[in-house]
Amino acid sequence: MKCNKEAVALMHKYMDGELDREEERRLRDHLQACQSCQTHFHELKRTTTLITNTNAASAPNDFTANVMANLPKEKKRKNYARLFQRHPILTAAAVFFILMFSGITTAWNQDQQVTVSKQENLEIKEDIVIVPEGVTVNGDLTVRNGDLKIDGQINGDVTIINGDIVNGQPEGSIENGLDSSTLRAYTGELTEVNEIYEWIWYQTKGVVTDIFSFGSDE
Amino acid sequence: MESMIKQKIKEVKKGDQSSFEDIVSFYQNKVYHICLRMIGNSYEAEDLAQEAFIRAYTNIHSFDERRKFSTWLYRIATNLTIDRIRKKKPDYHLDAEVRGTDGLDMYSQLAADQALPEEEVESLELQSYIHREILALPPKYRSVIVLRYLDELALQEIAEILDIPVGTVKTRVHRGREALRKRLRHV
Repeated sequence: MKCNKEAVALMHKYMDGELDREEERRLRDHLQACQSCQTHFHELKRTTTLITNTNAASAPNDFTANVMANLPKEKKRKNYARLFQRHPILTAAAVFFILMFSGITTAWNQDQQVTVSKQENLEIKEDIVIVPEGVTVNGDLTVRNGDLKIDGQINGDVTIINGDIVNGQPEGSIENGLDSSTLRAYTGELTEVNEIYEWIWYQTKGVVTDIFSFGSDE
Repeated sequence: MESMIKQKIKEVKKGDQSSFEDIVSFYQNKVYHICLRMIGNSYEAEDLAQEAFIRAYTNIHSFDERRKFSTWLYRIATNLTIDRIRKKKPDYHLDAEVRGTDGLDMYSQLAADQALPEEEVESLELQSYIHREILALPPKYRSVIVLRYLDELALQEIAEILDIPVGTVKTRVHRGREALRKRLRHV
């Protein structure tokens, strides 16, 4: 056995507790025969004894208190991040709303053409939808990207998106005993949507109303 | 004890800062000890150990609860300490050793009235001599020797803490032992 390589390697293996029986026997036999390796082995064992039996140091008394005093305060932003991490469904909901609103916004910006939900008997002049005299619209009316002038009568809700109601001379209002002070020529509700957030609100409300009416149908 | 620590970590993850206090007081001596034996200076060791706990706290969400917390914590502490050793200027190193000796003496004195297990290490001077010899080792041998002999960790755990293969840990332990054998032969 070569002293300075194989034997020393076995000694270290012994110290790591990884010698098998055969290797242990070979090391023992060699140590009994070789004086220099015996010394080497003895020195190694002594070294590990020396370094193992040193006193454990203990941290200063106020160590824990110091650490606790130096911890960063919990940040709000971090809490949100963690919230999203823990609840993937929240992330899904957030993504859904972002996509939905961006879709609505695009729709708002894109079409600038005047559209009316009911075309029968209505006149469209330079972005003004006119309910002519003597015409009665039965049902709800929606006007987009245009003003509405009511000379006739509407039996239903009126929704104006990106436009105004223009005062006409509603024929039916006074005769029918409707609220004359506000010159109402329609029997339902008036909704004007002129700002993008109103548009978003209008869309959301539409979705919610649909859901509830769908639920009540069942 | 391990399950108590696991519970505390869960509470810290939920945002309960006060639960971290028990974790700190449970591990403070071990972490401080590793830092001290590697850096050799009580002031810096305290600073590093404190920094290690603060980092553990801020990164607690990246800790995988299926693994051993001590391994993760010691890894933060050894990485910080190794970084600090690397950044040190060579002349500063001599300075640190002298100041470190004061620290070592102080701690040795604190424990002086306890009976020491081996007659050989009764001498406080011998203790600080041994610590100085460990500090004189190159950092990569020093870290494995400190973890192996001063903290008596398994080779596998040392490999995980230092993020190196077990084979490398063995080689470094062997070389570190040989280097110390030569230095401590005449003690």
